[in-house]
Amino acid sequence: MIEFDQVGKRFGSIQALDQLSLQFGPGKIIGLFGPNGAGKSTAMKMIAGLNQPDSGHVLVDGQKPRHSRVKIAFLPEIDHLYGWWTLKQAADFMRSFYADWDDRKYTELLGFLNLREDMKISKISKGQRAKCKLILTVSRRAPYLLLDEPLSGIDILTREEIINTLIRDFREGEQPIIISTHEINDVESLVDEVFFIDQGRIVVSGSAEELRITQGLSLVEIMKEAFRHVQQ
Amino acid sequence: MSQLDYDTSKAIYKQIIEDFQKQLVRGELGPGDKIPSQREYALKVSVNPNTVQRAYQELERIGLAETIRGQGTFVKADTTLISEIRQAMADDILNRFFAEMNSLGYAKEQITEVLNRRLMEMKGATTND
Repeated sequence: MIEFDQVGKRFGSIQALDQLSLQFGPGKIIGLFGPNGAGKSTAMKMIAGLNQPDSGHVLVDGQKPRHSRVKIAFLPEIDHLYGWWTLKQAADFMRSFYADWDDRKYTELLGFLNLREDMKISKISKGQRAKCKLILTVSRRAPYLLLDEPLSGIDILTREEIINTLIRDFREGEQPIIISTHEINDVESLVDEVFFIDQGRIVVSGSAEELRITQGLSLVEIMKEAFRHVQQ
Repeated sequence: MSQLDYDTSKAIYKQIIEDFQKQLVRGELGPGDKIPSQREYALKVSVNPNTVQRAYQELERIGLAETIRGQGTFVKADTTLISEIRQAMADDILNRFFAEMNSLGYAKEQITEVLNRRLMEMKGATTND
């Protein structure tokens, strides 16, 4: 269980998170939605232990995130792989760094994602780089999987490959997958629990299917509605 | 099962059930046929596995499918049930049709009239083929 309790975080004059409280339970694919600058990445980095709250607290299985980093497989939004690495070198690094690295899964996913180990990070397309980031993250058997904008700026076929990798890998009742994105359209049918955040606060949250039933709207439309009300 | 074109403003699990029912009604699936496992189906239509699970549980609850341990999931519905579903789906469409026509101010006689005219046109079109 990941818990945010009244979490505040400020960067200069910007209130990135504002009394944010939420819980991410097991066995769900969770969408963290909101426009650019809503606080999604700040929240994701906080779970990964890469920044600290100014007020309130974040707990991962009851522990502070900086003590539970081994439990989190985190795919950051930025390109964090060295350009001069081949995929094999990147995988070797991950293997030596994380005890939960699963070689069998990695080998299987190489085929599924049409990746080759001799691919050099600086020489491949943006879509292939996105798939490299994905394989390096999901080849760990970590209790929590966090993906920050995994689909942004990527062609539609690669997006489909990424989404199907997540579906293929997902085990009901176990590892939750938390996906932050501002492109909700791409993940409408993928997520089953959603949190819409804006200006560091939750605007709407709930089960994706129940929201569709009660509001008769798609998640994209619900977000537009919610944010129109916020701005008024 | 076929590729689904989801209406993302409606519950997806309900659309999975509806798609399954349509395939039964059209005879593309029959009693005893094996249907994809939940995971295969989730991958095929790129839908959250929990959503697919909910749809399959509902299919079993209403007696349309059954999962046999170690063997897979099968169509359970018999022909009587399938014809009942067909009737129910047609009734749904008719209810929507009449509600819409009423909201436009059409009386029973006028509805009969437009229906007859349409049927005549369709008949004409078929003969001309």
